[in-house]
Amino acid sequence: MRQRLHALRARAVHVAGVVLPPVVMLGLLGLVWQLLCSSPDATLPPPSKVITDTWELITHPFYDNGGNDKGLFWHLLASLKRVALGYSFAAIGGIALGVLIGSSKWAMRALDPLFQVLRTIPPLAWLPLSLAAFRDGQPSAIFVIFITAIWPIIINTAVGIRNIPQDYRNVARVLRLNGVEFFAKIMLPAAAPYIFTGLRIGIGLSWLAIVAAEMLIGGVGIGFFIWDAWNSSLISDIILALAYVGVIGFLLDRIVAFTGKLVGRGTVNV
Amino acid sequence: MNGKPVNEYLKIEHVCKTFGKGETRSEVLRDISLNVAKGEYIAIIGHSGCGKSTLLNIVAGLTDATTGYVFLEGREVHQPGPDRAVVFQNHSLLPWLTVYDNVRLAVDKIFSDRKSSAERHEWTVRNLELVHMTHAMKKRPGEISGGMKQRVGIARALAMSPKVLLLDEPFGALDALTRAHLQEEVMKIHAELGNTVLMITHDVDEAVLLSDRIVMMTNGPAAHVGELCEVALARPRNRLELIGDSNYIGARARVLEFLHKKSHYVEAA
Repeated sequence: MRQRLHALRARAVHVAGVVLPPVVMLGLLGLVWQLLCSSPDATLPPPSKVITDTWELITHPFYDNGGNDKGLFWHLLASLKRVALGYSFAAIGGIALGVLIGSSKWAMRALDPLFQVLRTIPPLAWLPLSLAAFRDGQPSAIFVIFITAIWPIIINTAVGIRNIPQDYRNVARVLRLNGVEFFAKIMLPAAAPYIFTGLRIGIGLSWLAIVAAEMLIGGVGIGFFIWDAWNSSLISDIILALAYVGVIGFLLDRIVAFTGKLVGRGTVNV
Repeated sequence: MNGKPVNEYLKIEHVCKTFGKGETRSEVLRDISLNVAKGEYIAIIGHSGCGKSTLLNIVAGLTDATTGYVFLEGREVHQPGPDRAVVFQNHSLLPWLTVYDNVRLAVDKIFSDRKSSAERHEWTVRNLELVHMTHAMKKRPGEISGGMKQRVGIARALAMSPKVLLLDEPFGALDALTRAHLQEEVMKIHAELGNTVLMITHDVDEAVLLSDRIVMMTNGPAAHVGELCEVALARPRNRLELIGDSNYIGARARVLEFLHKKSHYVEAA
């Protein structure tokens, strides 16, 4: 009984130790913000005003008045759909190209310099070109996500494939695994930690790029929502949207990391 | 045996190996020839860097000989294969697979057309039993000790039913007690299954204790077979009883003398 109490106490102390510091820090920052923005000529609203201003938005995320006048849920969903599509293409294409340049010396020599130049192009610089090509906002935004997320996936996958220890290759050779067996049983699991590093960087960049792209293409989406709020001088709405963007970005990163843990079966450290 | 004499089960014929070309060319092995009988346990000993591992890799088919040939049961060896299973120095288990799955991967690949799924399971477990690792079947390599990993490596190699078992300094990275323990087990397995074994080692006691013949290699570059030493000791062998055995002492002295006198240690260039 006494032991169990002890264990319970130790656990409570541990949980408090993890939860309390960020909560206290958040409270302190909120307080500083409140103090700084309380004066009448402050340009930004204090947190108390943000909450009262946006209470309607917080409590009614699902309303839909047609057109672009929708609840935050619908804006976020639209952005997430674009990211999901663009990112899926980037993951498939990135891993395929990464495997190619990771396993072929000539593909690497031919493509690597090209990739090194292309990957430095800022995501939004692609937008006008993709608008010209697709003549529509929706596919252009998806293309921007794709082109943003693909480079770290390609490069990390290629590094992962190149770093497969010779020992594993020797095992495969002694067992006479064929190409498909080698790919599925040695190559993918051995490179999984690297591939998932690339996938995590990629999802972060996608989420960064979607907000900016949506500001330019308009329509439903969290980026457009922020731009629209700015044009209507609804600063509190912007702050609320930023909070949502941050939390969702964090969740996306955790989801990819968690998938990596499942797929990597203990070899992916996150 | 295809009518071949028994003492030519594994035949290494005039094998030479050079790496690089032109200025950077270095000769590692020069004219190595060796005949191994079926069921024979051969230890290859030499200073580190003398090319022992290169020789083993050539027999395994992982490296090509520059000139010369390797024959197994009268057929030339060109590429790696499960008939020459290798136990790698650093175990080379796949870290994302459990102990069982590491062995099962080999069993599935090699016996896919000859054994049913149930038989393959049984065979996997049987080989893990041989090395006493059935208790850790569900563990991953990262969760077991170095000695255990090496046991699993041995089980994986045995599970391939190889004609020749190639051991590349299998116990080199282990502490003395674990090493002694594994040596005993390898002797037991060898007595039970009668495998033909080619083992690389730099441990004189290990070579004398385990093998029927010791191949002493000179220092590189251009290493060659310096001397051969028959170990005329009855099996089963017991390391404690052997301490005072004159044959054991003689073989040990011969190998030590070769390593320290006849083949001067050259600092790695």
